[in-house]
Order: sequence, then C-alpha cells, then structure tokens
Amino acid sequence: MATTTEIPVTLNNDEILRYSRHLIMPEVGMEGQQKLKAARVLCIGTGGLGSPLALYLTAAGVGTIGLVDFDVVDYTNLQRQIIHSTADVGRKKLDSAADKLKGINPYLNLRTFDTKLTSANALELFREFDIVADGTDNFPTRYLVNDACVLTGKPNVYGSIFRFEGQASVFATEQGPCYRCLYPEPPPPGLVPSCAEGGVLGILPGLVGVMQATEVIKLILGVGDPLIGRLLLVDALGMKFRELKLRKNPDCPVCGTHPTVTKLIDYNEFCGIRGEEKVVSNGVPEIQVEELKRRLDAKEDLFVLDVREPHEYQICNIGGYLIPLNDLPKRVNELDSSREIVVHCKMGGRSAKAVAFLQQAGFAKVKNLTGGITAWADRVDPKVPKY
Amino acid sequence: MSKIHIPTPLRQYVGKQASVDVKGSTVGEAMSALVEQHPDLRKHLYTEDGKLRAFVNLYVNDEDIRYLQKEATELKDGDNISIVPSIAGGAN
Repeated sequence: MATTTEIPVTLNNDEILRYSRHLIMPEVGMEGQQKLKAARVLCIGTGGLGSPLALYLTAAGVGTIGLVDFDVVDYTNLQRQIIHSTADVGRKKLDSAADKLKGINPYLNLRTFDTKLTSANALELFREFDIVADGTDNFPTRYLVNDACVLTGKPNVYGSIFRFEGQASVFATEQGPCYRCLYPEPPPPGLVPSCAEGGVLGILPGLVGVMQATEVIKLILGVGDPLIGRLLLVDALGMKFRELKLRKNPDCPVCGTHPTVTKLIDYNEFCGIRGEEKVVSNGVPEIQVEELKRRLDAKEDLFVLDVREPHEYQICNIGGYLIPLNDLPKRVNELDSSREIVVHCKMGGRSAKAVAFLQQAGFAKVKNLTGGITAWADRVDPKVPKY
Repeated sequence: MSKIHIPTPLRQYVGKQASVDVKGSTVGEAMSALVEQHPDLRKHLYTEDGKLRAFVNLYVNDEDIRYLQKEATELKDGDNISIVPSIAGGAN
C-alpha cells in the first residue's frame, strides 16, 4: 500500500521504545512501523465504530489521522462510544476524541473536520488521505463515502452494525468491489431502524471497529489477507463469523467498466429522504401531549393504545393498553372502533404507522400522539423516564 | 433440506428464529417455501411484482446468486442460503 509522502519517515529512540512490540515482529519491523507513521487515515464518524477505530490506530502509530464529525457527545452514547467519557457529555465529539487520542500518543498528527461530510467537500477531503474508514450511521453517507472513495482511488474500510450483528469488508480497491457492487440501491427510508430505534449491543461496534482498524493496518503494512472481495458477517450472540464472496460487478455504475456515476450526487435524494430523517409523520391525524393530558384529566372517554414492545412498557408507560405494532393486525378485534383512540409509541413513528393501519381497517376516530411518550416525559410529566 | 440464515432485522417475522430449514431444489423454490411459511416476511424481501428487493442479497454457501444462476441456482442437501440486507448502523 503506497503512501504519497516523499519525505522518508524516521522513528526516534522514544518511538522505537513505544512501538517495540511491533518492531520485534518481522511482519511489522522498522519498515512497517515507518509505513504506519507515514500513513494518513481518514475516519468518518467518532461514534460507536469510530471510537475503537481511532483509539487503536493511534496506539499503533498511524502518523496522521483525520476525524470527521459534527456531533456532540450525548449521554446515551456512553454505553458504546468508549472514546468519550461522562465528563464529555455536551462537548463536541471531535474535542473529546482529540483529548483521548493525544493522551495515548502525542506523536499523532490529528486533523479534525467539524463538518458534515457532503458531496461538496468529500472529494477534496479524501484526496488528502490514503485510506478511508467508514464509521457512519446512515445510508446516504455510506453511499457518498463509497462513491467518493472510488472516484479518488482510496480504499474504503467498511464496517456496519445492527443490534448484535455486524458486517466488515474493504471496498473500493482497484481490483475489488465497491459498496454499490454489493448494494446497488439503498432500502427505502424507515425500513431499517437506526440504533435509537433498534438498539445495539454496546460491545458490538467495539468488535467491528477493531476489525476495521485491523484491516487499515494490514493495508498500510501490506501483510495478511485483507477483506477485499470478502464480506465478513459477525453474529455476536452466537459468536459466529461467516464469510461471503463479494465480486466486482462489471456493470457497477460507479466502479464498473462503463461507469455512469462520475461525480457525487445528491445522496439524500438517492435514498429517498426529504429533510431530516427523524420521526416519520405520514399525514395521519395528530394530537399533542398537552391536549391528551387535559382530556384525560377531564375524564373524557379516550382509549389510549400503546404500540411499543413489552420490555419498553416495563421501562415506563402512561397506563395505555399494550398491543405491540407487529401484533396489531392479529389483535385489532380487541379494539372498539366506536371509541376515540389515541395511539402512542416512544417517539411517534410506530404509532403513526398504527394509526394509518387502523384507518384502513375502518377506524375513524384514531389519532397519533405526536412525539410519543418521550414528548409526554418532556412536556407533561418529567417523572416519566426517557430512554 | 437447505438452511436459510435470517438476518437480525427480519427475525421478528419468522418467530425470532436465526435460521429456517426449507425444502426446495432451487433457491427460488426454497425462498417461496420460506415466505409461504412466514408471509409477513414477503414484503420485506420481495416487491409487489415478485422481484427480490435490490437492497437484499442472497448467497448459496458463500456465493452471491447473481453470479450463479440467480433464483434458478440448484441446491444440494445441507446447503446454506444467506439473506444479507444492507445495514447502516455505526456512529449513533
């Protein structure tokens, strides 16, 4: 793996001591460690995957690391984003990460980019690095990273996670496939939940993130068998690892023999997303939490339907009748369509789907509680925990 | 019999199983058997006109069916079919 720096890189005695455990292995040695020091790796995202990735690359002596993240540390991040600590909640993730990384290795040349990666800045940014490690959390950015890597000729060390399963591979090398060879099209928005909705086992990005770091290091050193043309599937619950063969698709619109994508596009449009992909409101009748409270206090005849899962009901509830969303079609006969029904979930997304379903089933008096039990906790009753 | 590995996001539609054993001499037959047994799965894997959705890939053992005979790919006893949908989680 060639780097573009012309200046020979040397290690001082202090660095030699620091990296001694690398140097005494022939697979690394002085030459390998110098390659690591000369390497420039761009990490997109300093969250679940980005945390272990950046930590291990820094420890290993990668000379230049770029971090791209515009986000701020949130309390719910601490369960898995181990580069951030409790004292960092509210700080910019870049600042929090910078402190830890410089603390581990003062020789690190850290470049931070407090920006969202977009079609306008990706190409210029990628040109300044040798390898890109994708630790993002949404489809539009994954397609953007892939396309920009192919267009700039930089390998894309890919990792992704969901609940307790992960995937890892190396895309966008000259001979190998790119992400679009595997997935030419993204799923429609709302079909694959995010970590906030689907949950994630905290250790999982640790497992997959370190796999990504391993692949980055192997590419820099030119040792071992990288995951080029291989999709590694991780099942953390079964602790099973499977591998699938990936082929370069000659008809791939980005990396094929006759590419049709020769510049970056609007990836939000590509993924069918209009504006912020938060709670999907689909035009169903809505009711605000304040009005629900007022009407319940006035003892009006309202039926509150909770479409969350039983384990969520145990965390907190407002006394609603529980029918999980997926069970609704089977249990719709438990509901009285002559009564006014207010449907809620955690944030308003699932309940909107439930309202749409009930309307189609002939229920005329159904409303969606905007913002769900989260909005209730925020604006009506702060004793109700948020999760 | 072939074993179809069910990815996490779809397990809720097959009674939470991680894999389902089905009969079928081709991938197409095995997948038909799967969605017949678990009809809630159908719309997540197939479009209205019966085509496999573009963000879902099927593998027989470790080979992508697009590079074999697609849904006409023949199956031997004990073959593993993997359904691999795209997932994006990583930072938040």
